[in-house]
Amino acid sequence: MFEAGPEVRRKLGHERIAHLVLAAVTMCIVLPLFAILAYLVVKGWPSLSLAFLLEPPREMQTQGGIWPALIGTVYLVGVSLAVAAPVGVLAAVYLNEYARDTWFTRLIHVAVINLAGVPSIVHALFGLGAFVLAAGLGQSILAASLTLAVMTLPVIIASTREALAAVPRSFREACWNVGATRWQTIRVVVLPNAISGILTGVILQVSRTAGETAPILFTGAVMYKAVDRGDVFPYRLTESAMALATHLYNLATQINGAPDSLQFATATVLVGAVLLINSTAVVVRAVLRSRRKW
Amino acid sequence: MNAPLPRPIVFRRPWYSVALERAIEALIMVCGISAVILVGGIFFFVFREAFPILASPNFGLGEFLFSIEWYPTSVRDVRYGVLAMIVGTLAVTTLAMAIAVPFGIGGAIYLSEFCTPKLRETLKVVIELLAAIPSVVWGFIGLTVVNDLLITLFDAAVGLNVLNAALLLALMSLPIIVSIGEDALKAVPDSYREAGVALGATRWQMVYRVLLPAARNGLLAAVLLGVGRAVGETMAVLMATGHAVQIPTGLLEPVRTLTANIASEMGEVSQGSEHYRVLFTIGVLLFGITFLVNLAADLAVRGRRR
Repeated sequence: MFEAGPEVRRKLGHERIAHLVLAAVTMCIVLPLFAILAYLVVKGWPSLSLAFLLEPPREMQTQGGIWPALIGTVYLVGVSLAVAAPVGVLAAVYLNEYARDTWFTRLIHVAVINLAGVPSIVHALFGLGAFVLAAGLGQSILAASLTLAVMTLPVIIASTREALAAVPRSFREACWNVGATRWQTIRVVVLPNAISGILTGVILQVSRTAGETAPILFTGAVMYKAVDRGDVFPYRLTESAMALATHLYNLATQINGAPDSLQFATATVLVGAVLLINSTAVVVRAVLRSRRKW
Repeated sequence: MNAPLPRPIVFRRPWYSVALERAIEALIMVCGISAVILVGGIFFFVFREAFPILASPNFGLGEFLFSIEWYPTSVRDVRYGVLAMIVGTLAVTTLAMAIAVPFGIGGAIYLSEFCTPKLRETLKVVIELLAAIPSVVWGFIGLTVVNDLLITLFDAAVGLNVLNAALLLALMSLPIIVSIGEDALKAVPDSYREAGVALGATRWQMVYRVLLPAARNGLLAAVLLGVGRAVGETMAVLMATGHAVQIPTGLLEPVRTLTANIASEMGEVSQGSEHYRVLFTIGVLLFGITFLVNLAADLAVRGRRR
């Protein structure tokens, strides 16, 4: 009785084609990730081992491991987060809890957006001009970390703001109504309820900071530093260091005679570390979200 | 006769508690305006290093922007023209967007309208991971994998060229385009969808005729943010473009971009020299370009909200 006419059949046909094409397009976005990961691991496999992680490079960096770079990256990420996380979270608190909708707040908003869009190489120039030269820090972990902190700040502000905005307004109102001040409300009600979102945002920044290369090229990362095997405190904050990302860049472009597997193994470790931290953030978010009370 | 009112009982917080709160609120305020200070600081410090070049006889703003001659280390005839690098940046970015926009918008439509919620969550996690791969790793992939691929597929003389960098940049900006684009589509009210479906439209017709026009501004913002990412990207293009200062005549020609030029030469110049200041001037130029692109993206997003 209800037979599909030719027009209806045509449009259903189009629908099916559209669905297939869009699914294929999405697969084209997703597949490269797995292809790249598999390729890196397979090519790097001969060099990958625990010793590779723990040993310093040898023979003009054409053999040995990546320990100085690995620990250098930990230093850079640690110091930059120690600066960026508190400032970013407090800035987000200001924007979300205190600021009224004035021209000045809009100015801050525009500044945050543009800070997020500044190219990493311009951050590098800023770090060079401000921290290395004007502040007199020289090429050091401190200068490089501060440059990285400026880079991560807008993203931490954005993710924290989102987490704060997700706390229902009624929570705050209930607290105000029993006589609490703004700051007491923030400390007792808002921050504890937003902590999962804030944490996720900060963890994601750990992985992003670990992979950044351009901002540290002229501000504190160097080609080689002699570090003992497995030494956990090899650097002082006022001296330059090796970093994993710049080490990969140097291995691939500056150092002659490094075997392929060494380069691929370094890339694998960098990507592996970044993805591991990222997945942690995803898991943390999923767990804490399922526990949410509202 | 009025009975005297009982004195109200006042609970006063101790002075140090009030003082502490004031101090914390002042700190929050300072952090709040930090972003403004930093943007100003970036402009100030980059400009401060660049500024003295304007007084140099070897440098002219017209030549800087419109000459393709870049001989910064020449002894007799120094030339600071960055047109070739501007064109290189444009070429790589345009090609990257030509690849990334159809895929990105298509992916956003699929995620937002066609796939099941469970698949969507998985795909979003994977795309987030794709966004997390550091740019130096993309550059390394361009240097090794894509390089070999282009030489075998197109019989190119060098595998490090416009196409190589554009492929990498496309993959790098896809996650941004997909996630912002999906947000834009999700922001279209469900009543629009229901109205379309109630008229007998298939899902594709509804997407094509209703959602895309309604989400136009948000999708534009997604593309602009992708452009901003592509223009500012440094390490991947540094390693994958082949590094020749020239106006490209084809997709398989090596070029150099503004960002790559700063990254490769800053390590070798002596501080305070003319060459050094010109590199900072390129930084000012880049800062200006991305500032405009991001402002445009922000305006597009606001247009959507209105």
